[in-house]
Amino acid sequence: MFSYVVRRLIATIPVMAIVAGFVFSLLYFAPGDPAAIIAGDLATAQDIARIHHQLGLDEPFLVRFWQWAWGVLRGDLGISIFTNLPVWQLIQQRLEPTAALTVTTLIVSIVVAIPIGVLAAWRAGTWIDRAAMAFAVLGFSVPSFVLAYILILVFSVELDWLPVQGYVSIREGFWPFLQHLILPSTALGLIYAALIARITRTSMLEVLSQDYIRTAHAKGLSSRNVLVGHALKNAAVPIATIIGIGVALLIGGVIATETVFAIPGIGRLTVDAILRRDYPIIQGVILLFSAAYVILNLLIDLSYTVLDPRVRY
Amino acid sequence: MGRIRRLAWRGIVAAALAATLPPAGAHAQSSGKTLSFIPEADLKSLDPIWTTAYITRNYGYMVYDTLFALDEHFKVQPQMAEKWTVSEDNLVYTITLRDGLKWHDGAPVRPEDCIASLERWMKRDVLGQTLPGVIGEMKAVDDRTFSITLKKPFPLLLDAVGKLSSNVPFMMPERVAKTDANTQIKESIGSGPFKFAASEWVPGAKAVFVKNADYVPRKEPPSWAAGGKVVKVDRVEWLYIPDPQTAANALNAGEVDWWQQLPQDLVAMLAKNKDVTVANVDPLGSVGVLRFNHEQPPFDNPKMRQAVEWVIDQKEMMTALAGDQKYWKTCYSYFSCGTPLANDAANAPLAGKRDVEKARALVKEAGYAGQKVVVMTATDQPIVNAQALVAMEALKKIGVDAELAAMDWGTLITRRASHDPVDKGGWNIFFTWFVAPDMANPALNAALRGNGASAWFGWPKDAKIEELRDQWFAAPDLAAQKKVAEAIQTEAFESVPYVPTGMFQIPTAYRSNLKGVIVAPVVFLWNVEKS
Repeated sequence: MFSYVVRRLIATIPVMAIVAGFVFSLLYFAPGDPAAIIAGDLATAQDIARIHHQLGLDEPFLVRFWQWAWGVLRGDLGISIFTNLPVWQLIQQRLEPTAALTVTTLIVSIVVAIPIGVLAAWRAGTWIDRAAMAFAVLGFSVPSFVLAYILILVFSVELDWLPVQGYVSIREGFWPFLQHLILPSTALGLIYAALIARITRTSMLEVLSQDYIRTAHAKGLSSRNVLVGHALKNAAVPIATIIGIGVALLIGGVIATETVFAIPGIGRLTVDAILRRDYPIIQGVILLFSAAYVILNLLIDLSYTVLDPRVRY
Repeated sequence: MGRIRRLAWRGIVAAALAATLPPAGAHAQSSGKTLSFIPEADLKSLDPIWTTAYITRNYGYMVYDTLFALDEHFKVQPQMAEKWTVSEDNLVYTITLRDGLKWHDGAPVRPEDCIASLERWMKRDVLGQTLPGVIGEMKAVDDRTFSITLKKPFPLLLDAVGKLSSNVPFMMPERVAKTDANTQIKESIGSGPFKFAASEWVPGAKAVFVKNADYVPRKEPPSWAAGGKVVKVDRVEWLYIPDPQTAANALNAGEVDWWQQLPQDLVAMLAKNKDVTVANVDPLGSVGVLRFNHEQPPFDNPKMRQAVEWVIDQKEMMTALAGDQKYWKTCYSYFSCGTPLANDAANAPLAGKRDVEKARALVKEAGYAGQKVVVMTATDQPIVNAQALVAMEALKKIGVDAELAAMDWGTLITRRASHDPVDKGGWNIFFTWFVAPDMANPALNAALRGNGASAWFGWPKDAKIEELRDQWFAAPDLAAQKKVAEAIQTEAFESVPYVPTGMFQIPTAYRSNLKGVIVAPVVFLWNVEKS
């Protein structure tokens, strides 16, 4: 398995190189000039041209790409055009909130979805199943930002239980940290919960019809033991896959959620950078995202070996 | 027995959990020593000389101080300066700094710092750029005094050095001010009433300022940028909340103290909260602008520009843009209404009855051949977009084949630099807005200039306006300045460099326990206290 992991990690290099080249080209040809934004509304064309030159934006495409790529190879993602701060520093500032939001969202999704999915499969065709699937449809249908506003209105504005916005680091206390993540992770998590619940139900239904489940029941095992110990374990591979896909989707989902809850995460950093054409940030963040996707896929593949003993690399 | 034990355990866990949780409502309320403020935009750059962005100007007023500053009577008052004298021939200004001025790193403020700061500012600012042609020499006289020797009398010298809006001539330490004017500075060392907490800066989210304990405010009461800058909180946190609904909720819940600019559609909601005050704290407001491309047909023809003047209805524009009339007014002048040079000269094309027939006649006279007109709008800027949508209707009324090109602001301000014809990515009309102080006189009003290719986007060519502008600089007093301003406006209504679309105010909202909010065209955070 070690050689498999190494091979997969080596395979990430060309993938990320292609992503890097694609993103750089896309930004190069996209409309909008950071020099014009920096110069401000009162600037003249001459001011903009001067800043454009100073930022090296008038260099040929290949020269700019090589300068950036050479920096990346040395671990230097560049300097933000606007804030003059290193891109890596800006990403580091934003990693913790996004990671915290992603993890809590995953916890919310899994804790809600798997019991619902299992229960729906166990009681397939009953009102429990129908209610669970209605929840799934609702979860898919309501955009996370709409749910976010509803949650804020109820729990922050009306009940005054939880804060409207912001993020507090876990270093400043676990409760303030959690308090600021409950609403965002619920708003974002319910969509993924719906997705995971559906897959869990389908996968469980398939497993529950297997002979070994009937045998387990015949041997007098309790329903709980059969469901959790046998059925869920064997239904876990598709569920793990969808959880992995969910994490990848989450990276997109956090952008809206971070905006609504004013969480200073990677999502907002990306949107802000796109709006003001801060190329080094956009390139750095997308490179980071692509690395995260690749590593995530690898972890999902590796998880199969744990969940299904038949899988070997 | 087992059941009882389970219940007991559940009770213990529940009690322990409850003990760790604070009571409801005890979260994130803004503390009495910290002013939580939602600014108009995200603070991106820390160099108020390098960029004209208003958010960086506002940051500059927190961290830096100025030699002179404008007060609410449009008078320039000394700020860092203790006194100044002017020689009899009006050629030598001698300025003495207040005693005990210190930079945030503890070093004393020296005349050399001020000279270097002025030199850097003069390379960037639209008004400052006129000074190298006037100033012969700046030199330190002693530890607190320096002189500015002019080549010829320039009555507006102190007005320039006391400029209210971007770029404000903020004073910086000499080593910082020696930075190339086109390169961002890397330090935040000023001598202003607040110190910037650089380690806490999270661009796109938070900027923190702490009270400068060494700052010695002037004794006079605050008046716009002039007077005593007395800081009454320990800390100011700028929290950038991009989503307006979230900002409104945060203010309603008391998580923030002040939201600088709220959109019109949330005014009514916030006004219902008795703990929130919705107010206008900008006495002048801002000016909407419809800008033509003077290089491209059909608006290279003044008759076409005049035609648009006759159909633009400021009331319609401002209603679409600002809603309630409490927040807008018409202003038929090329100089911001409410400022000394605003006047009514020759303003009938904009102030008179809207006359579609006359406008159509002008279009015909111009020989308009029915070519496509590209009107650029930025859909992420409601102020810009509202003006564009109203103008489209007006253009259609006079038979112009107008096409609305929707884009984001970042794209618009890039495309507006294009000199190309519309079929090659050029443009004919775009919209923007400026704060009133930036349109208050011929020196500051960049859109009014007629210096062709060197002019602001749209590149009007009007030698008469340029000549009158030079006369204005030489005008010895306000009466003379007003006379020249009227002549400039008369010419502007003929050549139409742009169409003023009205004046509006963006309301602000703050918790009712805030006291001492300064009413001024720029947001100032000194003098504010939380009761």
